[in-house]
Amino acid sequence: MELVLDIISWLFLLTGSFFCLTGAVGLLRFPDFFSRIHAASLTDTLGAGLILTGLMIQAGWGLVLPKLLLILLFSFLAGTTASHAMAKAALKSGLKPLVVNKEEKQSGEKPSKS
Amino acid sequence: MRHKLALSTLLSVFWLINSGHYTPLILFFMVVSTAFVLWLCHKMNIIDDEAQPLQLTFTIPGYWVWLIKEVVVANIAVARCVWQGRASISPSVFPVKANQKSDIGKVIYANSITLTPGTVSIDFKDDEITVHALTSDSAADLQSGEMDRRVCRVEG
Amino acid sequence: MFTLTCIALLIVMSLALIRAFKGPTLYDRILAVNTFGTKTVLLIAVIDFLKGRPDFLDIAIVYALINFISVIAILRFFEYAGKEAVEEEG
Repeated sequence: MELVLDIISWLFLLTGSFFCLTGAVGLLRFPDFFSRIHAASLTDTLGAGLILTGLMIQAGWGLVLPKLLLILLFSFLAGTTASHAMAKAALKSGLKPLVVNKEEKQSGEKPSKS
Repeated sequence: MRHKLALSTLLSVFWLINSGHYTPLILFFMVVSTAFVLWLCHKMNIIDDEAQPLQLTFTIPGYWVWLIKEVVVANIAVARCVWQGRASISPSVFPVKANQKSDIGKVIYANSITLTPGTVSIDFKDDEITVHALTSDSAADLQSGEMDRRVCRVEG
Repeated sequence: MFTLTCIALLIVMSLALIRAFKGPTLYDRILAVNTFGTKTVLLIAVIDFLKGRPDFLDIAIVYALINFISVIAILRFFEYAGKEAVEEEG
C-alpha cells in the first residue's frame, strides 16, 4: 500500500515538474506578452496543483495536509488575480496584443514588437 | 447572524490549521483574535452576501469539479502549443457577454476564464468581458457559452 | 524524487529569470518575477519534504502572500507612474 501511494505521488510530482518546465519554456518561446501570460498560468494551475497533490499524498493525514491545501487554494486565487491585473495594466498602458486572425479586429491590428 | 457565525468558524479553523498548539492559552488567543476580526468586519460593514457568499455553499462544489476537468484539458492543449512552437498559436481578442445577475457571479465567471490556461480576461466593463485567447480552439470553447451557463446555474 | 522536483523547479526559476532579464517590456519582467515567486513557494514546500521539516510550510504560505501583494503593488505603482515609465522600459 505504501509503495502504491509512493508511486502515485512520484507520478504526480513528475508530471507537475513537466508542466512547470513546459510553462517556463513557453514563457521564453511565445512571441508577445499576452501569450506569455498563458504559459505562466500553465505553471500556476496544473504545475503547482500536481506538485502540491503529490506532496499531499506523501504527507498523509495530519496538519501538513490542510496547509498544503491552503497553499494550493491561494496559488489558484492569487494566480488568476495577478494575471488579470497584469493583463489589464498592460492593456491600459497601451501594449497591443499580437493578433493573428484578421477577422477579429477588436483592438490590435498592429502587432506589438516582441 | 448566519454570516457572522460562518466567518468566525472559518477564522477559527484557519487559526487551528496554522497554529498546531492546542494549549488553553493559545486557544484563548484564538477566541480573542477571532472576536477582534469579527468586530473589525462589523465596523467595516462587510458582513453580507458578497463577502460571505453562503448562498453558493451547495452549488459551487459541483462547478469546481467541472472547472478542474476543464483546467486539465486546457493545460494539455496549451502544453502542446508550447512544444509545437509559434506556428500552432493564433492569438485573438474578442468580447464575451456575462449573463450573470449578481456581481459575485460575474467575478466567478471572469476568474474561471482566467484560471483556464488559453484564455485570459483582460478587461471588464458592465456586462462585457474582453478575452484574450491563445488558440482558435480555446476561443471557440469559450464562445460556445458552456461556462457562462454553468456559472449562471451556480448563482441560482 | 523530491531532489528531481527541486532541480526541475530550479530550472524553471532560472528560465523565468532569463525572461526577466530579456524583457522586452516592463510587463514581461513583472510576469517573470511573479512566476519566479510562485515557483519559490513550491520549492520551499518541496524542500520541506526533502529535509523532513514541516515548519517550512508556514514560510511557504507567508511567501505566497507577500509575492501576491508585491506584484499588485508594483502594478499599482506603474499605473500611477504613467506611460512614460513603461515606454522607457520597453
